[in-house]
Amino acid sequence: MNISEKILARHAGRDKVVPGEIVTCKLDMVLANDVTAPPSIKEFEKIGKPVFDNEKIALIPDHFQPAKDIKSADLAKAVRDFSKKHNLKYYFEAGRVGIEHVILPEMGIVGPGMLTIGADSHTCTYGAVNGFSTGVGTTDLAVAMATGEAWFKVPETIEVRLKGEKAPHITGKDVILYLIGEIGVDGALYQALEFTGDVKSLTMTDRLTISNMAIEAGAKNGVFPFDEITKEYVEGRVQVPYEPVNPDADAKYVRTVEIDLSKLRPVVAFPHLPENTKAVADIKDDIKIQQVVIGSCTNGRLEDLQIAAEVLKGKKIHDDVRCIVIPGSQWVYKEAMRLGYVDAFIDAGCVVSCPTCGPCLGGYMGILSAGERCVSTTNRNFRGRMGHVDSEVYLASPYTAACSAIMGKIAEEVR
Amino acid sequence: MAAILEGKVWRYGDNIDTDVIIPARYLNSFDPKDLAAHCMEDIDETFSKNVENGDIIVGGKNFGCGSSREHAPVAIKASGVPVVIAASFARIFYRNGINIGLPLLEIGDDVEKIKAGHKLKVDTATGVIENLTTGDTFKAQAMPDFVEEIAKAGGLINYIKNR
Repeated sequence: MNISEKILARHAGRDKVVPGEIVTCKLDMVLANDVTAPPSIKEFEKIGKPVFDNEKIALIPDHFQPAKDIKSADLAKAVRDFSKKHNLKYYFEAGRVGIEHVILPEMGIVGPGMLTIGADSHTCTYGAVNGFSTGVGTTDLAVAMATGEAWFKVPETIEVRLKGEKAPHITGKDVILYLIGEIGVDGALYQALEFTGDVKSLTMTDRLTISNMAIEAGAKNGVFPFDEITKEYVEGRVQVPYEPVNPDADAKYVRTVEIDLSKLRPVVAFPHLPENTKAVADIKDDIKIQQVVIGSCTNGRLEDLQIAAEVLKGKKIHDDVRCIVIPGSQWVYKEAMRLGYVDAFIDAGCVVSCPTCGPCLGGYMGILSAGERCVSTTNRNFRGRMGHVDSEVYLASPYTAACSAIMGKIAEEVR
Repeated sequence: MAAILEGKVWRYGDNIDTDVIIPARYLNSFDPKDLAAHCMEDIDETFSKNVENGDIIVGGKNFGCGSSREHAPVAIKASGVPVVIAASFARIFYRNGINIGLPLLEIGDDVEKIKAGHKLKVDTATGVIENLTTGDTFKAQAMPDFVEEIAKAGGLINYIKNR
């Protein structure tokens, strides 16, 4: 079996599962945010049961919080009240919270071999730490909060075989955008991605970014094997017992896609789909921009901010650009201050915000006007995603985003 | 849940994402009426104004890609649309549709033979779709038995309560 099959089999109490089978699994963690938890809570109340386990539900108010308006404050209140009523271990108030997919791995709430569902499509992030995790809607989540179970169709798995060492300035973001460009936004529909080969060339931050965007290829999940890098990251973080999972020698994959990491070039995804990728070097015209966003569940980790700070240190953001930096967690924020990254950002003329999903989904903290363009380290560039329906989002790595912020146009170097 | 439905087609293309089905700026509410008022507005401002009860949405491949927001199928259902037909659906949207009792029928490339304004007759139990305008007949892929049980119960909450 491959990794996804093994994790699903184990949680279904089975020795073996095969793609296409529908299995009911016991869940290790169940997640929702301030947008998806309130309707889940409403559905949950209809079932009329207590929560299955108050230590296996994480409700994270990160999307529109600190509340951007009265309705969002009502959403936050519903989450807060429910969390207190059911004495949930993993509820975090503003000032102690971060972006869900940044803090769950960071705090060791998710780990190897664990099965997680979340009412947020980027729940697939935890494949990076060798877990099976996938996004669901509010009703699935409501049922999971009551029963601790969910049904899964065992997916076929696409093997993504990595080769070589990353070329200079290449990050996990370039790897996943390249892959989505190759296979398309529905290239892995109903399927799992499993990364194999020279995964040792990727840092944990690279892996978290890559797994995070598996959904943008239509995938159910995107999982990495357990290796020394995983071990180093999870040891001391994950407090519950966990069991690493690696594929059997005869694991089956529906197909294999190869990526030579040494040949990748910095890439951006043009509006309005993540598959519209182009190497920055191949862009002929100047694409002038008005905004840059560095942050999100895709690229809001310390290493992402380090990459941006190294580019921005001692430089100035272009006169025509607003650059918004959003640390993904309070820990990331504090470390970024300690290491001087925040100084580099503020001296360069950036906005530095508290952790929030904010502009990524057009919530607040950087909404675009008609005709404006943004280079963003976030995960989606759908029409109207960050604001006006006639605005444009170009997805890129923190390195490319930082270079672009200085140059006032999409750029992979500062000249 | 199973029903024979007749309705007029609203036709959309490939990769209709949940951000255009219901933009995130409206997610500070989950009242179905509020959501329906803005359904599809970023690609079709006329939809919420002119959609009639019983109208059918037909999309291309990967319908409902993007966010896990169940607000998207809820917005469609609350607009009076009783079924969505597409070449293929993104998986979270598919689960969500079934879970809230909105039938979703996958018919692959046959969607090319359905245009805006066509009249369709849909049997959600058998998956047979008749294009009353052109005379074509299509058969949707069957749902797995387990998923059909959820659909028959009218959604996952009822299914769990009846279990």
